[in-house]
Amino acid sequence: MVGAISNRTLLEPRDIGTALRMLRDEGPLVPLAGCTDLYVSLNFGTLGATRFLDLWSLPDLRAIELRGGALSIGALATYTDIIESPLVRRRVPMLVAAAREVGGPQIQNRGTIGGNVANASPAADTLPVLAAAGATVVLVRAGGKRRVPVTAFYTGYRQSVMRPDELVAALEIPRLSGRQWFRKVGTRAAQSISKVVMGAVAHDDRPPSVAFGSVAPTVVRVPGTEAVLGRGESIEEAQRMLLAEIAPIDDLRSTAEYRRRVAANLLALFWRECRRGGSSA
Amino acid sequence: MILKVNGRRLRVQAHPMKRLLDVLREDCGLTGAKEGCGEGECGACTVLVDGQPINACLVPLAHARGVQITTIEGLGGRHPLQRAFVEQGGAQCGICTPGMILAAVALGDAPPLDRMRAGLAGNLCRCTGYTAIYRSIRQASRSRAGRRTAGARRPAMRPRGK
Repeated sequence: MVGAISNRTLLEPRDIGTALRMLRDEGPLVPLAGCTDLYVSLNFGTLGATRFLDLWSLPDLRAIELRGGALSIGALATYTDIIESPLVRRRVPMLVAAAREVGGPQIQNRGTIGGNVANASPAADTLPVLAAAGATVVLVRAGGKRRVPVTAFYTGYRQSVMRPDELVAALEIPRLSGRQWFRKVGTRAAQSISKVVMGAVAHDDRPPSVAFGSVAPTVVRVPGTEAVLGRGESIEEAQRMLLAEIAPIDDLRSTAEYRRRVAANLLALFWRECRRGGSSA
Repeated sequence: MILKVNGRRLRVQAHPMKRLLDVLREDCGLTGAKEGCGEGECGACTVLVDGQPINACLVPLAHARGVQITTIEGLGGRHPLQRAFVEQGGAQCGICTPGMILAAVALGDAPPLDRMRAGLAGNLCRCTGYTAIYRSIRQASRSRAGRRTAGARRPAMRPRGK
């Protein structure tokens, strides 16, 4: 590990109330849970922070349950918890599909959905699913709570509306009707970061919801494309609209041109497999 | 802090943010888990926590409190998977082998090929091309099944020192 460990401090609260007070009174603190992102940064010396708040063992933030009509997934639920949850399998199978493609089993056993959301990577595997599902981020702070739609949560590359005294407590996903679809395109089938990642819902009663990762500084919904598909126009027209709505870049994983092509192809694949009256996949 | 490793209780004095991998290797003298990439890609540092494979390079010591850790040393060299990896050429250079075997242990008995592929997706091997590894796991499954039929009583996995 790069950097001296002796100047690091780990605060270990026993409950969420204590954690939130520590965050308010003893900050700035970097929260940690599954450590699958954070420890990569620590191991390579790219994280300068020295004070950390341990959330991993907190009770209460791991539950996956129905609340009202929505599915609530606690921030500390791991990808394995999500894959094995009968509730998630029934209500949001595309989230199970996404969780299966995060790293390998070792990462799935530790990485948490709250971490995926808070880490704010534009390539995060679960974010297009959450954006397409119309999910809400439940944020808590000492003495307060607020709900922010995933689509309004990110403000720029690795930036979000979350304040330093807040934690992600849960993700709430409304009931969805219609077919769900997820596809990640990376260098390999496993252990790769996405070049393009897409989540979508072909709703029974309204235009589809379509979201992409790795094609812009944040996860994006593509409302213009959704509207074109909803009006029943051609897939070529929808693809033209899509290319106007995304802004991929060249980076070490892929090129902008490749990402545009793949995003357009994924859109066509989704619509062929999932549109009402279309052939089933 | 007390660490439960391979059925034994070990007292370790280390920073709570020290990587479990470094604690095992430096403080416990268990060097079976290797550091390959240090970023959760290669799986050479795989150990089992309460039976689940994890990357020990990404786990702080603080998160090892109260759990049962199994390293390759805990299999005692006599596990059917260890023997099968030797006999079937599942190990070549050996760097990935401890993690590969522990990930295979977590798959349970006689996993079908698709479960082997998914279950070992977090363990990279640059030597074997994986087919020898899948062959090893199949042989271990057969030998365990054979022993069960023969009425042998030894459990599939027995931590050393207990």
